[in-house]
Amino acid sequence: MLERLQHLLGIETLDREQITFILDQSKPFQEFQRHPLKKLATLRGKTVAVAFFEPSTRTRISFTTAAARLGADTMALQAESSSLKKGESLLDTIRTLEAMRPDGIVIRHSSSGAPEFVAARLEIPVLNAGDGTHEHPTQALLDALTIRDRKGKLDDWNVTILGDILHSRVARSNIHLLGKFGARITLCGPPMWVPRELDDLARGLRRTPRIEEALDGADVIIVLRVQTERIHEPALATEEYILGYQLTAERLRLARHDALVLHPGPMIRGLEIDSAVADGPQSGVLDQVTNGLAVRMALLYHLIGGAPVDAPHPAKERSNAAD
Amino acid sequence: MLLIKNGRVLDPATKTDAFFDVLFEGGRILKTGANLSAADAEVFDATGLIVAPGFIDLHCHLREPGQEMSETIETGTSAAARGGFTAVCCMPNTEPVNDSASVTRGIIERAAASTVRVWPIGAVSVGSRGEALAEIAAMKKAGIVAVSDDGRPVATARLLRQVMDYSNALDLPVIDHCEDPSLFAGGVMREGPRSIRLGLKGIPSQSESISVGRDVEVANLTGARLHIAHLSTFGSLEYVRFAKRMGLRVTCEVTPHHFTLIDEDVRYDTRYKMNPPLASRKDRDALLEGLADGSVDAIATDHAPHHPASKDVEFDHAPFGVTGFETALSLGLSELVHSGRLSLMRLVELFTTGPARVLGMERKIAAGEVADLTIFSVDQPWTFRAAESLSKSRNTPFDGRAFRGAAVATIVAGRIVFRR
Repeated sequence: MLERLQHLLGIETLDREQITFILDQSKPFQEFQRHPLKKLATLRGKTVAVAFFEPSTRTRISFTTAAARLGADTMALQAESSSLKKGESLLDTIRTLEAMRPDGIVIRHSSSGAPEFVAARLEIPVLNAGDGTHEHPTQALLDALTIRDRKGKLDDWNVTILGDILHSRVARSNIHLLGKFGARITLCGPPMWVPRELDDLARGLRRTPRIEEALDGADVIIVLRVQTERIHEPALATEEYILGYQLTAERLRLARHDALVLHPGPMIRGLEIDSAVADGPQSGVLDQVTNGLAVRMALLYHLIGGAPVDAPHPAKERSNAAD
Repeated sequence: MLLIKNGRVLDPATKTDAFFDVLFEGGRILKTGANLSAADAEVFDATGLIVAPGFIDLHCHLREPGQEMSETIETGTSAAARGGFTAVCCMPNTEPVNDSASVTRGIIERAAASTVRVWPIGAVSVGSRGEALAEIAAMKKAGIVAVSDDGRPVATARLLRQVMDYSNALDLPVIDHCEDPSLFAGGVMREGPRSIRLGLKGIPSQSESISVGRDVEVANLTGARLHIAHLSTFGSLEYVRFAKRMGLRVTCEVTPHHFTLIDEDVRYDTRYKMNPPLASRKDRDALLEGLADGSVDAIATDHAPHHPASKDVEFDHAPFGVTGFETALSLGLSELVHSGRLSLMRLVELFTTGPARVLGMERKIAAGEVADLTIFSVDQPWTFRAAESLSKSRNTPFDGRAFRGAAVATIVAGRIVFRR
């Protein structure tokens, strides 16, 4: 029996059934994005607090748009806001938000574990929109949806993750998720960013510092952004990174001919990825953005709407659309 | 006069393990022997209990002066007495830092009213900034028992050499908090599979052992006394063993949380955040071995109280440290003795003659000796509740833990200062 999720804190604690359920529920919302009237009344009267303690554009816009299309109102807190600059504690900030009675909270924070901290102290559902170098569960779910759509299934692919794995929450969530679906995962990047302790995250992980080896036979390639803001080590020269790890059209030919290329964005063209690849037919980058909306709508609907798991899907009922 | 009757006396200094009575008068032990009686003495019946020399804690933070939100000498020593400690050495990282005789005197004056002996440790360098030497001779006159820049390592090998030479002449040990700042680099827990999984910045164990290696070399250079604080890794312990084999005067302490918990226990709960961080299972097992084979000289709490609000934050932002006075003995009993790893005598040694030797002192139960005793039960069941702690702070991972054995009476200068 599928249990209703209370929070979405990470992928690690989810099972295959729960992940599949979220992806299935995202499907109708995906089609809904093409509808001329993109507004449902499903969460009308509900309020979602969108608390971004770390600067972000795309994830924040995606969540607020997802909430709006479900009919919910949002209240936003941003990293630049004054209470954070004045040194208010996380606890006081979230208690203040809670006093305005939101029905759920989406949180992005630079400290790993911050969403769990919030979930332990508030009564409302908490959605992790990325915490430190821990997890970014909605990214992994939208990546999974993109893989399932573009490649016909989610199970058993050869997946290569390229870049700064050590400092990437996207990598961790993807390793947890794809690992549960039998992926053979290869991690590749500058060796100091691909430590052996990563082996523990999923079964059959492979690490290599050589991109040619990592791309050989890959079905899915996830290119990570070089997270300059999170790197405490002496920085690697940009030219060195490009030389060793940029995904170029030429290197992409080492992978399977139909390999799918994903990137969580924001992309730095000419650094981790070449424009020819980013804009090429194998790129799933724009699908990822649209799928992000669908996944986040599904999560907001289930976590905040509180509907039973077997309720009829709101996006399938035309009568639900508000005018 | 106070007469302790019917107890099992364990005294590592004289290798005594026997049933006899102990009689005190005027803060000293008057006599020991079977079936003692004294007409006007208060009698404490220690039937079924262990009577040991008074416990000494080499490493704690009483937070006074300057951080009274977290602890005061009064609350800290009350918690220490409850844990069976008769004397505690407080680290100098207060506000201001204990780097001058006037701060030392202030601590000693404030401690005069407390029930447990307070032995301050002076700073190695002015403000513990790692530059100029603090006024160590003046502090020694005022009452310090050792020097340390605890909270951070002695900044350079050169400064360590200077302070070891200088303190040697004053007969004071140098206590070092060993870490390599460039490897530590903003880490919040031990580097390993668990830190990777949690996405918390890791500190490699070599951050500590590299620094211990440096210190042992400087001890070899100077011949002075060196004590390694809160040793937590296999590598560090091997350096200490090497130093001991070389005949150097190098000692070390291990904390109860490091011999009890490991990095796999860490979760997003700031009560598991301390420095050094909880070590790997392999390192912890090495500590257990060192505690058993004599490589480790003392158990020290590193009692580090922090005001609840300062700990109720994101893991990254919380200060390092856990409280430890009230759980140290019980953790020692459950993790080391009841588990069969250590004899009861060895455990008592780690709390008494071991730390005393680090300070160049003696501890024993004999006529004429100071009447500091710790009386404890090895099997009395109890549950530690942080809310009931006598410390001002609650930052302990052992809240709610069930134990067998605890201090039953703490006696300082012939007076019962705590009784369960």
